[in-house]
Amino acid sequence: MIITTQNVNFFYGACQALSNVTLDFEKNRVTALIGPSGCGKSTLLRLLNRMNDLIDGTRVEGEILFEGRNIYAPDVDPVEIRQRIGMVFQKPNPFPKSIVSNITFAPRLSGVRDGGELDALVEESLKQAVLWDEVKDILDKSAMNLSGGQQQRLCIARALAMKPDVLLMDEPTSALDPISTAKIEELIDTLKKRYTIIIVTHNMQQAARVSEFTGFFYLGKLIEFSSTDKIFTNPDVKQTEDYITGRFG
Amino acid sequence: MKWRYFRQGLFFGMVRLSALMITLALLGMIAFLFYNGIRAVTWGFLTLPPTDSMTKGGIMPAIVGTLYLTVGAIAVALPLGVASAVYLTEYARQGIFIRIVRIGVNCLAGVPSVVFGLFGLGFFVVFLKFGSSILSGALTLAILILPTIIGAAEEALKAVPQTFREASLALGVSKWRTISRIVLPSALPGILTGAILGVGRAAGETAPIMFTAAAFFTAALPKSIFDEVMALPYHIYVLATAGTHIEQTRPLQYGTALVLIGLVLGIDLFAIILRSRVRRKKRW
Repeated sequence: MIITTQNVNFFYGACQALSNVTLDFEKNRVTALIGPSGCGKSTLLRLLNRMNDLIDGTRVEGEILFEGRNIYAPDVDPVEIRQRIGMVFQKPNPFPKSIVSNITFAPRLSGVRDGGELDALVEESLKQAVLWDEVKDILDKSAMNLSGGQQQRLCIARALAMKPDVLLMDEPTSALDPISTAKIEELIDTLKKRYTIIIVTHNMQQAARVSEFTGFFYLGKLIEFSSTDKIFTNPDVKQTEDYITGRFG
Repeated sequence: MKWRYFRQGLFFGMVRLSALMITLALLGMIAFLFYNGIRAVTWGFLTLPPTDSMTKGGIMPAIVGTLYLTVGAIAVALPLGVASAVYLTEYARQGIFIRIVRIGVNCLAGVPSVVFGLFGLGFFVVFLKFGSSILSGALTLAILILPTIIGAAEEALKAVPQTFREASLALGVSKWRTISRIVLPSALPGILTGAILGVGRAAGETAPIMFTAAAFFTAALPKSIFDEVMALPYHIYVLATAGTHIEQTRPLQYGTALVLIGLVLGIDLFAIILRSRVRRKKRW
């Protein structure tokens, strides 16, 4: 168990987006969060690295434990949490800098100064994200010139360069074509050996393909959480079955 | 059918005419100044102080004075304005206080420039005992151009995609570093636009420096920021209204105006080149 949420409620102003979510994420596994739009799955994901802190007028109740420590305790620095729990967003969002600078930006600021070490980090991260062969000769070119799929893999490499323990992915392929999507899914499969991955997805086939555990959310509640096999073949709750068979959502 | 096309043609024609008129107004003014002033602008005019009760000689001290005042005003107003804009857009929680600050900035933009002059006289010259000096004048001009710079910087910061901020913060980069390393560099072209507008205003204003910095006549260049200086707009004003040889100095007035316009356009051009270079690097 690397992350555990206990009775988490979350509010945007007066509007409750999550109610009573209790859930365990296992280490070095891929967990998928599925459900119709507005069900709270992305909200939960953004709670795990305190990205919802950026939105004014929000409130969290309950506890989110990362390696046993409540990340919402007053003495916790969200910057430190985000260094250990990386995130990849729905739309590829590279910085308008060179490919190299995209990777080295955050490690440099966290204290990696040595040129050789940074070079090694760039190569290692890009190789892990299966992008190295495509960009090794254009590392100094702007990241904005890459294709959407390449940009998203660059964003994954950028997150990996911080050597996080957990990688959060918020619909990472929804803006990509099928070939790029397949590449990212393959990538997820190799990354899970070293990282814990939590992925929000609208695509149920994707959840079935890449994850070992799946949580189904509806209207801010966790309806069912189980192994992906069970969710997709023999769910306990009727709502889950209706959703995965496409009867609503 | 025909009537509709006629109306459309008429409307497009009017819109085009409006745009043309603005360009013509600017070009006409420059042409007028050029025609009347170019003969006065000689090497000596640019490099010598005025002589013979300002009917002969040059305007070198006024050029230098205006440069000092403008650069001083920008040096004060740019960091202050950008810092305010960063606070307003990045840090402050939107609420009543922020609204009051915004209203304050907008009101400041609407205050007549002579009022800035009087304030500068009362506050910088008399109360802070800076005297009539480059310092007082530059500070007064700085306050005058602050709203322009804050406004432009705010717009530029708001135009930086939220995804850049999220990407940086999600990597465990602190908020301050996200702003200083990602947001501000991306907003730089827009901020420079604000600075350009500020330079134009600061260089051209007469009223704010009339009581705070401008000297009727000094042949010597200032030795410190506590010295008075001549300035181009005030020099034009003096020659055209307060001198004893108004008709005689007419060519000199046009010449001075031409130099002032040239100076402002020159500074603008520099900033525009700088901006386009920054923009080329920061496209998204």
